[in-house]
Amino acid sequence: MTTALKAQGLGKKYGRRWALTDCTLDVPAGRVVGLVGPNGAGKSTLLNLAVGMLTPTAGQIEVLGNPAGTSQRTKIGFVAQDTPTYARLSIADHLKLGARLNPRWDDSLAQARIQQLGLDPKQRAGKLSGGQRAQLALTLGVAKRPELLILDEPVAALDPLARREFLQDLMAAVTEQELSVILSSHLVSDVERSCDYLVVLVDSRVQVSGDIDTLLATHYRLVGPRRDEKSMPQNQYVVSASHTDRQSTYLIRTDEPVLDPAWAVSQLTLEDIVLAYMGRSTSAPQNNRPLLEVQR
Amino acid sequence: MIWLTWRQFRLQALMVTAAIAVLAVFLAVTGPGVADDYDRYAGDFLKQLSMQRLNGYLYIVGQVLVYAAPPVIGAFWGAPLIARELEAGTHRLVWNQSISRTRWLVAKLAVTGLGAMAVTGLLSLAVTWWADPIDDAIGAGQTSGIFNVSRMLPPVFGARGVVPIGYAAFAFALGVAVGLVARRTVVAIAITLAAVIAVEVLSPMLLRPHLMTPVEATVVVTAENMRGFMLTGPEDDAEVVQIEAKLEGEGFWKISEHTVNSAGVVQTKLPQWLRDCGPPPPNGAVSPGRMSFEVCFQRLADEGYRQQIKYHPANRFWDLQWREAGIFLLLAAGLTGFCFWRIRRDLT
Amino acid sequence: MIEFHLDGRSGVSPYQQIVQQVKNALRLGVLREGDQLPTVKDVVGQLAINPNTVLKAYRELEHEDLVAARPGRGTFVTRTLTDHSLAAHGPLRTELQRWLTKARKAGLDDDSIEALFQTTFRSAAQKGIA
Repeated sequence: MTTALKAQGLGKKYGRRWALTDCTLDVPAGRVVGLVGPNGAGKSTLLNLAVGMLTPTAGQIEVLGNPAGTSQRTKIGFVAQDTPTYARLSIADHLKLGARLNPRWDDSLAQARIQQLGLDPKQRAGKLSGGQRAQLALTLGVAKRPELLILDEPVAALDPLARREFLQDLMAAVTEQELSVILSSHLVSDVERSCDYLVVLVDSRVQVSGDIDTLLATHYRLVGPRRDEKSMPQNQYVVSASHTDRQSTYLIRTDEPVLDPAWAVSQLTLEDIVLAYMGRSTSAPQNNRPLLEVQR
Repeated sequence: MIWLTWRQFRLQALMVTAAIAVLAVFLAVTGPGVADDYDRYAGDFLKQLSMQRLNGYLYIVGQVLVYAAPPVIGAFWGAPLIARELEAGTHRLVWNQSISRTRWLVAKLAVTGLGAMAVTGLLSLAVTWWADPIDDAIGAGQTSGIFNVSRMLPPVFGARGVVPIGYAAFAFALGVAVGLVARRTVVAIAITLAAVIAVEVLSPMLLRPHLMTPVEATVVVTAENMRGFMLTGPEDDAEVVQIEAKLEGEGFWKISEHTVNSAGVVQTKLPQWLRDCGPPPPNGAVSPGRMSFEVCFQRLADEGYRQQIKYHPANRFWDLQWREAGIFLLLAAGLTGFCFWRIRRDLT
Repeated sequence: MIEFHLDGRSGVSPYQQIVQQVKNALRLGVLREGDQLPTVKDVVGQLAINPNTVLKAYRELEHEDLVAARPGRGTFVTRTLTDHSLAAHGPLRTELQRWLTKARKAGLDDDSIEALFQTTFRSAAQKGIA
């Protein structure tokens, strides 16, 4: 399977509101994908559609080559927002739940992780700290031996130490198991460390998606004398622009080198790029171009 | 999945089962004694029994418990089944393991639902068995103290035989469905309790009479068989609202009684002179022109007034039991189908 | 065995930082021929970074013939970057520390020291002396 997730014109409507509009994505397998965007952008909706908890209003979504929500359950793991666990069940009970409900369950891995984390198997999940519960949920997701693990803001409510430990363990699991991961977050710093593919979702639309290295290599900041957007060359896609009376600052994406000597060209951090896309106007994309996707 | 269902359910299961088990022990211990007394005292059986305090309590407790089991099971076994998962968000955990939501629900409903029916069935069986001598005696015409309600009549009928099993299945399925829609455990419990109790109260009034076509009997009211006489209004100018006759036979369930005229038309208003068929006013003021009883009743018969009584005879007990239980089992099946349909749709 | 650290603010990409840290370790003799580099899993488990980042760094080092990956056993150093000047490192470091103390006493702050060093270093390099 070379595609982890594929969406075509995907849309989801709740009542009158479109939570997700016209999403087209082609996310390759074997990556750690960061899904970023502000709260309410549609990240949870997209992930819920991927695991079949929701059905699309428009368009299609395929996961690991099959339509979402069908018998892919054994191959896809899901760690939901706030990492729900059964408060009255013990850790050992949770592992037993995993073992009984999953044919590919790796019990030795699960037990080893619990031991490594220093958790008492007889402890009830309701008595664990937020970080420990998240680790339990991660254990359940990882020991299922999925091909794709989807996590919906798993570390949002955790303190920095717990967050770091969670990501360490997640990355270690990725190394060991050849796992594809889709991870939603509103912390770009975490995404920058651990992800190699990025999807930016703002106001129910995909703003940009692609390989992080490529994104970093093809986005630039141009600073120079004031210049109108319409006079920018066609091969430079303007992500954002700001002007003073004399100066213009453009954030562009381009495959070609920037040769115009009038510009001071600088590279951007991933956070700069994400913020630029997040700050854009929320109407239809500029230049009447279709939704941006970075070719690998 | 069966392990998980039991693990989540064991506390509620044990509590209800324990309460029922306690009663069952008492019934088991005293039952043979009651049966013996029935044989020994024959016609005086119920009189004897009403002097036994423990057996009196057990009769009432058994009755109450059989009626209480369906709402309790519906509310505490059924309502939290899905509602608690949705409320705590754990459905996002368990529905993303490797089994489908449908298979998950099948296991949960089968284990808990069949458990509900079994437990209620055993309870009803125990109470029916224990009270059998009493029901027999009442059916034969004996009556004493609290032991005066035939098993055909609403208060006892719903606490015997298979009807409680039907109620339990319905209550359980209703609880699950309400929980699924309400998504909040406490709200679902409250609604289920109220709804099931309402059904238990209303079923004998609205449903049970129509399960079979009642038998019709026509009786002429005489001084000997008049059983009810209701007046309204000022003492010297009262109106007769209703009269009732006693029907021959034991243990039947009267559904309705109307006074009809010679043409068979139900009388909504009874003639004033019927006043004289009833007891004279207490202040002793006898109005002139008052008929004597014999004359009054004779006139009643001559003018063709009769009582039209609709009832279910005692031998219809099991027919009615199976039909009512059957209807509630069908309702339970329908509610279960709804749950399976609803659970496959969007639920985040 | 060396340990990596990531400077999130340096503007240098993570994989380059790893390459740099390996090279520095090689230069300073912290890593010698035959030493094993930390496994990808260990690095990832410590830094919470993407395993591809580590693989990319190790591959680049391999491309420069500094390390070699032995399947199933790990990645090992094949060549050091120390030249015979390693012995001179000690006295040079001491002299540098003395100079730094002098600069501080003269009232230079960190930025001034660094600027002074950079400009002197560059102009000396151009003149072919350094």
